[in-house]
Amino acid sequence: MDSGMKLPVYLDYSATTPVDPRVAAKMIPWLTEHFGNPASRSHAYGWDAEKAVEEARDQVAALVGADAKEIIWTSGATESNNLAIKGAAHFYAGTKGKHIITVSTEHKAVLDTVKELERQGFEATYLTPQENGLITIEQFKAALRPDTVVASVMAVNNEIGVIQPIAEIGEICREKGVIFHVDAAQATGKMPLDLSKLKVDLMSFCAHKTYGPKGIGALYVRRKPRIRLEAQMHGGGHERGMRSGTLATHQIVGMGESFRLAREEMATENERIRMLRDKLLKGLMDIEETYINGDIEQRVPHNLNVSFNFVEGESLIMAIKDIAVSSGSACTSASLEPSYVLRSLGRSDELAHSSIRFTLGRFTTEADVDFTIKLLHDKLGKLRELSPLWEMYKDGVDLNSVQWAAH
Amino acid sequence: MFSPVYFDHNATTPLDAPVRDAMLPYLDARFGNASSRHEYGRAARRAIDEARQRVAHAVGAHPTEIVFTSGGSEANNLFIKGAAACLAPGLIAISSIEHPCVREPARQLRTSGWRLREIAVDQNCRVASADFQAVLAEKPVIVSVMLANNETGAVQDVAGLAAQAASLRPWFHTDAVQACGRVAMDFRSLNAAGVHAMTLSAHKLGGPKGAGALVVDKRVELQPLIAGGGHERGLRSGTENVAAIVGFGVAAERAAAAMDQRSRELVSLRADLEAGLSAQGASIFAAAAERLPNTCYFAFDGIDGETLVGKLDRAGFAVAAGAACSSANPEPSHVLLAMGMAPGLARGAVRVSLGANNTVAQVRAFLGALDTTILQLRGLSALVG
Amino acid sequence: MAYSEKVLDHYENPRNVGSFGKDDEGIATGMVGAPACGDVMKLQLKVGKDGVIEDAKFKTYGCGSAIASSSLVTEWVKGKTIDQALEIKNTQIAEELALPPVKIHCSILAEDAIKAAVADYKKKHGA
Repeated sequence: MDSGMKLPVYLDYSATTPVDPRVAAKMIPWLTEHFGNPASRSHAYGWDAEKAVEEARDQVAALVGADAKEIIWTSGATESNNLAIKGAAHFYAGTKGKHIITVSTEHKAVLDTVKELERQGFEATYLTPQENGLITIEQFKAALRPDTVVASVMAVNNEIGVIQPIAEIGEICREKGVIFHVDAAQATGKMPLDLSKLKVDLMSFCAHKTYGPKGIGALYVRRKPRIRLEAQMHGGGHERGMRSGTLATHQIVGMGESFRLAREEMATENERIRMLRDKLLKGLMDIEETYINGDIEQRVPHNLNVSFNFVEGESLIMAIKDIAVSSGSACTSASLEPSYVLRSLGRSDELAHSSIRFTLGRFTTEADVDFTIKLLHDKLGKLRELSPLWEMYKDGVDLNSVQWAAH
Repeated sequence: MFSPVYFDHNATTPLDAPVRDAMLPYLDARFGNASSRHEYGRAARRAIDEARQRVAHAVGAHPTEIVFTSGGSEANNLFIKGAAACLAPGLIAISSIEHPCVREPARQLRTSGWRLREIAVDQNCRVASADFQAVLAEKPVIVSVMLANNETGAVQDVAGLAAQAASLRPWFHTDAVQACGRVAMDFRSLNAAGVHAMTLSAHKLGGPKGAGALVVDKRVELQPLIAGGGHERGLRSGTENVAAIVGFGVAAERAAAAMDQRSRELVSLRADLEAGLSAQGASIFAAAAERLPNTCYFAFDGIDGETLVGKLDRAGFAVAAGAACSSANPEPSHVLLAMGMAPGLARGAVRVSLGANNTVAQVRAFLGALDTTILQLRGLSALVG
Repeated sequence: MAYSEKVLDHYENPRNVGSFGKDDEGIATGMVGAPACGDVMKLQLKVGKDGVIEDAKFKTYGCGSAIASSSLVTEWVKGKTIDQALEIKNTQIAEELALPPVKIHCSILAEDAIKAAVADYKKKHGA
């Protein structure tokens, strides 16, 4: 083994990223000597903190082509999604209606929020993507109703990395007067986002998928045309009344710096990552009966999601414990259910179970990729040697024709 | 670097050095998402479990009763809105001195059919017994009374109030953000008296901003404020803020361990401060009440609080006029008005909230600066008058 | 999921992996489970003329506990008569491997695999 390599090799950048050391260095003074509450109006401790918060707001806005006044701090993308969807649905239900459109492969933070609204009397349409994970414009148009109030479509899928056509959907929504929310938690730093051009009304962000800290996120709330929200957290009236609660200065500074770095380094970084991902892709596709999940073109360069046929998912994860990856989304991995995202794409339970999400990032090296390719070749060989299904496949048995004993 | 003496610990506290040391690894090598099944994730999960135990132990609760949130405001919102969503609309009673993050969600409930009743306090910032009895006669289904007030520091007999309400079986909540780490508290005994939920915040007790908790009796049905993923027993979704939660755990443990000693020191420091203030003619609010040992809230008749605070800032002392959280609020403190203080006197309110690092010398220097400032301001108003 | 040392050992070094010719003399095959359920076990016994199990081989598609359960069973059945093999109970397997409650079904499947293989033997030998 490569003696310099730290095991397990981290290839789970879509679950969370390390805090970039440059980000951590910016955060620490705001955790220690500059500890003031940004809401304190009567002394320098407070003013310093407030200034840092506003600088970070500029940095976040700059990455996505927004005005700083359009950025509301939250505790993370989950809260942003809740605030955007519930806040807009409640505010506009009376004037626009109670129908919501979303996609069956959205993050739970969106799906569970929409389900909650359904319990409150809203109606929802869940679009099922095509086999490649993408929804079509025609599909979206067909789902629109006169009483559609909010549509929520993620920019980049957390499991398969595909990029939904948000620019086109935004045009339609604007034309029809539908509030359009985009969960961009997985998109920042991975693809350009320009809200001065995109017809998006609300966009959710978080820091910890872009080399910033956990516990901090933001919601973009468009000012022209002005979008209004019903607050979900009430109190001291922070964040122009849209989100109350003491601002965690160090985390906000961290998010600002991480977004600043993303803006500066994104172009070169993504080329490097794409090269590594393509190498990984090539290395894994050498393995027989391997399937890519999700469109490989309309996709961020960081993500590779593949299913290995005839091996069982849990034993596969166990076999490759020298790499840190996800099978399905990190948020659902406590359950043994196969990934609902892959099932939405029409994958069988078996292929959904034996899927591995490799997500690469800033600190992934070529050696990491080489190690991973070799590991997968070795372990799949071993597991398939153990697999009666592989044996049957190799003997030419059609597994679909087998009468399996009920179990 | 010019660094003013920090006398605003009820707004936020500096981070304890050992807390920082405990947190830093989670911004570095231990960066995993606690929901991930690999070792990075499991290490984060273990850290959260450990922090949960530390916080629970510090406040006499069971670890499974702790729901981590992004802070005190969220925890208060979670309880008020979350409990109400699971009940038929009725009466919610809160004290008239609650922090906005209790008062505002309670007001918000009126849009969904709830009635809101604010419970009067006496001139010492303590819940007025007669009015509390009158409220109980109206049969509230949710009651929220803060354990210690952020402005005056007055500590309520929450266990006693809950016990009086117990026969009506309301859900009883207390905002303990200011009390936690400053006065001894035990959720088990509060719970036995009829308190079902309690709000905590890390950054008021030497921990980081960005972490808080709702300590909640599992019999209370709550609708989550934030859905999606089912973290925190389904009560609070979202990737856990591991570093801040770890910091919260260590800070809570340290505050609990240091409490007796620190209390004695702060009481004595505040006694020095208040002796000086009285000699200079200040009125001290809620002085007859049991108060947090660190908090002193005072006013000089005829001197505007904002002006005084500004002058003190330039003299090198960071203090507060009213609460830090209410942004640019020209109104006099709702707490002082609820106590029946004259608006004129209330506009003069200045809060000094002491912390572990404050010294006798700082208090003496402050009294000196205050004396000079008051003379100046009085001279000015005499000239103008 | 924390696996016991014994599960890990069987998973890392599975015993008796492989196949016998299905129609060879004295070979009995039991295949249980279904891919959709996440586990399929194939257990083969090589039974001598005296009814004693001389050798056993397995292949398993399933989690670590399923692999360990079937690997363990191949060790246990060797040297037993087919009727003695039928006395192996899932509780013994679960206990030996310290399986957690959510993995008990793996031990049940292993017991079922023995039963299926024995039934196959009896069918072939008209017993």
